Amino acid sequence: MQNYSIFALLRHALNGHTTWAPAWRSPPLRESYDVIVVGAGGHGLATAYYLAKEFGISDVAVLERGWLGGGNVARNTVTVRSNYMRDASIPFYVKSVALYEGLTDELNFNMMHSKRTMIDVVQTFPKMRELRRRQLTMDIYGSTYEQISTEEVRRRIPALTGGGPDARLPVIGGMVHTDAGVNRHDAVAWGYARGADARGVELHQQTPVTKLLRGGDGAIKGVETPRGEVRARRVAVAVSGHTTTLTETVGLRLPLRTMNLTAFVSEPVKPLVDVVVNCPDSGFYFSQSDKGEMVIGGAPDTGQSFRRDIKQHVFEDTVTAMLSLFPSFRKLKLLRQWGGHLDIAPDASPIMDETDVPGLFVTAGWWGGYKAIPAGGLTFAHLIAKGSPHPLMSPFTLNRFKHLDYVMESGTTTAR
Amino acid sequence: MMLIPCPFCGHRSESEFAYGGPVKPDRPDPHTTSDEDWVEYLTTVPNPLGPVQERWWHVKGCGTWLTIWRDTRTHDIVEGPGDAG
Repeated sequence: MQNYSIFALLRHALNGHTTWAPAWRSPPLRESYDVIVVGAGGHGLATAYYLAKEFGISDVAVLERGWLGGGNVARNTVTVRSNYMRDASIPFYVKSVALYEGLTDELNFNMMHSKRTMIDVVQTFPKMRELRRRQLTMDIYGSTYEQISTEEVRRRIPALTGGGPDARLPVIGGMVHTDAGVNRHDAVAWGYARGADARGVELHQQTPVTKLLRGGDGAIKGVETPRGEVRARRVAVAVSGHTTTLTETVGLRLPLRTMNLTAFVSEPVKPLVDVVVNCPDSGFYFSQSDKGEMVIGGAPDTGQSFRRDIKQHVFEDTVTAMLSLFPSFRKLKLLRQWGGHLDIAPDASPIMDETDVPGLFVTAGWWGGYKAIPAGGLTFAHLIAKGSPHPLMSPFTLNRFKHLDYVMESGTTTAR
Repeated sequence: MMLIPCPFCGHRSESEFAYGGPVKPDRPDPHTTSDEDWVEYLTTVPNPLGPVQERWWHVKGCGTWLTIWRDTRTHDIVEGPGDAG
């Protein structure tokens, strides 16, 4: 792998930057591999990377229907945090945040990681009680959460001028999560892709998997694509909202619903807010990107959805809520809106397991899975390589539904 | 904005309705059904890339519950499972 550094930059500058090698190869598609990973998103690419690096399995093909990193890894709001509620969840997200912080060095790719803190602006006492309870559990696992006063919230977020004593929902305080940050989603996808490619993994874009294939013994034997059949004894599905669409091609039903979660960005403005702001009682969150845009997210659309645009009334509700706390944002013009398909399990926790079809692995139910990419990839690679769940993910197998042993997770969504 | 056909009020804005979830099969008898079927009934709903049958409650209107088929790719209200909208 060609190393990226200031010296490499200078050296290539002498040749007018014409001598850089491509970040990954485009090899021909072979007929069989040891492992097929379906989906070159964050989780798929991280899984391929850790399969090769940690477990020595490099005969891996990552099949992607569109372009690399063009799915939900490009459609999230890049918030990395570990303020979850459950004993089962917190250590996993603490690990993921830690991996993210070292990812620039690990992958020799600048993640532009900005550990800038998240502040929850709390407007109701039940929410404050819930977050205080979260704090007590998070303390056990070394994740940071701390209550601050309304005055301190307003000092740290000067743009927060709404929610005064006369408001319908006055601000009553805040919670500070110093581990939280934002980074650059393209770098995450490209960094993992480059690292995986350098270790022998093949990345195949424009290769949609239309069907999973089972052998006579009932186990998985490969996948069908328009470029032909590709065989593997282990197939790992990391396709977010399309998980059930794919697993149903082998008659496998999973407890997942697909929903559309949307976001939008404003025009760029001068630095105004230097933390990630989450307003759970009002139902929106935002951060300011390095370019100066406000990146804003709200509630999901009602009902199952495979659309990737924002519903007008969801957009209006989010903006109305935001303007009640940040009235000066009234002047902002909005640049773009988009949505992404997420699948969610009945308990709002992820599913990572080998399914009833031997050799077919799924990682799904990642509502807000961006923050989970490094640890999600590492633990999924562990499951594929060893056949047993990684200790951090053992509470999140399909078995929990059989025993109704849910991990009810209120920390999954940022906004509500 | 979706316009949902209420049998009493005609086509009304989606914001007048509360979502009641996808239609599930009939509740099996817990005494006679297998554990697997029971868990499937509790946890697993149809998640089609296409028309899904679902319940809506006209809570800010006449208060009736109604059932529609909606295409999850377009949010079009369609006739049934085979209707692509």
